[in-house]
Amino acid sequence: MRFSFVMGEIGHGLRRNVSMVISVILVTFISLTFVGTASLLQLQIGQMKNYWYDRAQVAIYLCTEVSPGDVCPQGEASTDLQTEIEDKLKSPLLQPYIKQYFFENHQQAYAKFEEQFAGNSVAKYVSPSQLNETFWVSLKDPSKSQIITESFNGVAGVEEVRDQRTYLDQIFNILNAASIAAVGIASLMLVSAALLISTTIRLSAFSRRREIGIMRLVGASNFYIQLPFILEGVVAATIGSVLAAGAVLSVVQFFVQGYLATKLPFTSFVTLSDGLLVAPALIGAGILLAAVSSGFAIRRYLRI
Amino acid sequence: MIRIENVTKQYKGTSRPALNNVSLEIEKGDFVFLVGASGSGKSSLMRLMLREDTPTSGSVHVMGENLVAIPSRRIPFFRRKLGVVFQDFRLLPTKTVSQNVAFSLEVIGKSQGFIQEAVPDVLAMVGLEGKADRLPGELSGGEQQRVALARAIVNKPAVLLADEPTGNLDPATSEGIMALLERINLAGTTVVMATHDRGIVDRLQKRVIEMREGEIFRDQRSAGYIKTQTDSHPVKSWNLAIDNSWNLDGDN
Repeated sequence: MRFSFVMGEIGHGLRRNVSMVISVILVTFISLTFVGTASLLQLQIGQMKNYWYDRAQVAIYLCTEVSPGDVCPQGEASTDLQTEIEDKLKSPLLQPYIKQYFFENHQQAYAKFEEQFAGNSVAKYVSPSQLNETFWVSLKDPSKSQIITESFNGVAGVEEVRDQRTYLDQIFNILNAASIAAVGIASLMLVSAALLISTTIRLSAFSRRREIGIMRLVGASNFYIQLPFILEGVVAATIGSVLAAGAVLSVVQFFVQGYLATKLPFTSFVTLSDGLLVAPALIGAGILLAAVSSGFAIRRYLRI
Repeated sequence: MIRIENVTKQYKGTSRPALNNVSLEIEKGDFVFLVGASGSGKSSLMRLMLREDTPTSGSVHVMGENLVAIPSRRIPFFRRKLGVVFQDFRLLPTKTVSQNVAFSLEVIGKSQGFIQEAVPDVLAMVGLEGKADRLPGELSGGEQQRVALARAIVNKPAVLLADEPTGNLDPATSEGIMALLERINLAGTTVVMATHDRGIVDRLQKRVIEMREGEIFRDQRSAGYIKTQTDSHPVKSWNLAIDNSWNLDGDN
């Protein structure tokens, strides 16, 4: 096996159909960028789940004077009802599940509301008494929120029990759908990349059919005849996947870390080290894709 | 060296087999002319010996290899022991004479040292010293066929298959190529040459195998192109037509 000969053949083939090679590069680039983005999105979802699920609390909203009559027939929850609810939280039945809880009264709720809606005119029309007093409950195991929900739903003076995780789940569902869409687009693109690679290789083989004919006549081994073509596809796809890896890394560095992380400082985002985990996988996938599809194409084209 | 037994070759979609129960044996060092009209089965026979194709039935042995049963990964190694030349030379137009010859050694993994030694030697043998750096397009037909011959024999094959090597050449040039083939044969290489060139076959008086309609019509040692007058088989009119067209090629 003579290395320089094989390299020369590859260079020759790549130069001969530049436009096809460029399209292979672009298609692998774009498809693998989608794959990379989708996997980063999955990592992001995983990270956010870890972070937020641990901090998610169960809110027991108490009745206010404006609560709907069917759940709060007695109107504003009285101090007695508050004490009853708090006693239930302290009861030996629930105590083992609860890490801690705290009570938020009307004034605290109003302060929080004002802070959230600062500058918004809605703050002028809301009075402290309209905002629910709330028991915020942190659980030892956030996934067991049902125990609290079931214990307090329908209890007198309770307007609603709400697990914050249900809000989070909505966000995660959206993110999940986005990453599934990205994977869907990516797989379509990967199929076209594979087809494009095999067409390119077949074209390349056709334009070198004289050489191939002579190689077969003088007894070059199949491996030796096929290797330049397979490597040709691999080289093109490697360039594409390196570009994709670069794109994914720069998205992490400049968009996620440079923009999102500064805008939303209390959220943990995927870091460059996550990106560095994804990048080699992308390059590996690109090389594998090219090797398989060009190997398949050339094997069908070249019979002994 | 070459043994073909009861070979029949039927191509798909044809009623008449291209080869019909053909048997022949060629010894080491033989020089054999394969003659016959177009469509008589010469090319099919050559393709079988090259393992470009397999017979429908029968067996083909070349240089000890059973070409019916040979696994496909061993075919390249079989072909390395074989040289082939064609009517259309099949040179690479973008490579020089020496690069064309070197190419056939490079692709079977020969070392650069071997190539640098073997290529000038073989070019000198075929009488192309001083033309090593020419492109095929700059050479005459005879010179191009010499390059093709150089490429076929540079790896010292035991068998040389020549499919109408003089088909595109004028008689004077053909003589030169035939002299070269005889020299190659004298050096011990078995030569099988398919040809329509009556003058060459008549002059060399080698073994002649004549094919007609997929069968061996005659197999004679030291014979000419047309079967001698004692032969009772009539020569068909289409065969004469071929002879006339060959005359137009210029045997004068």
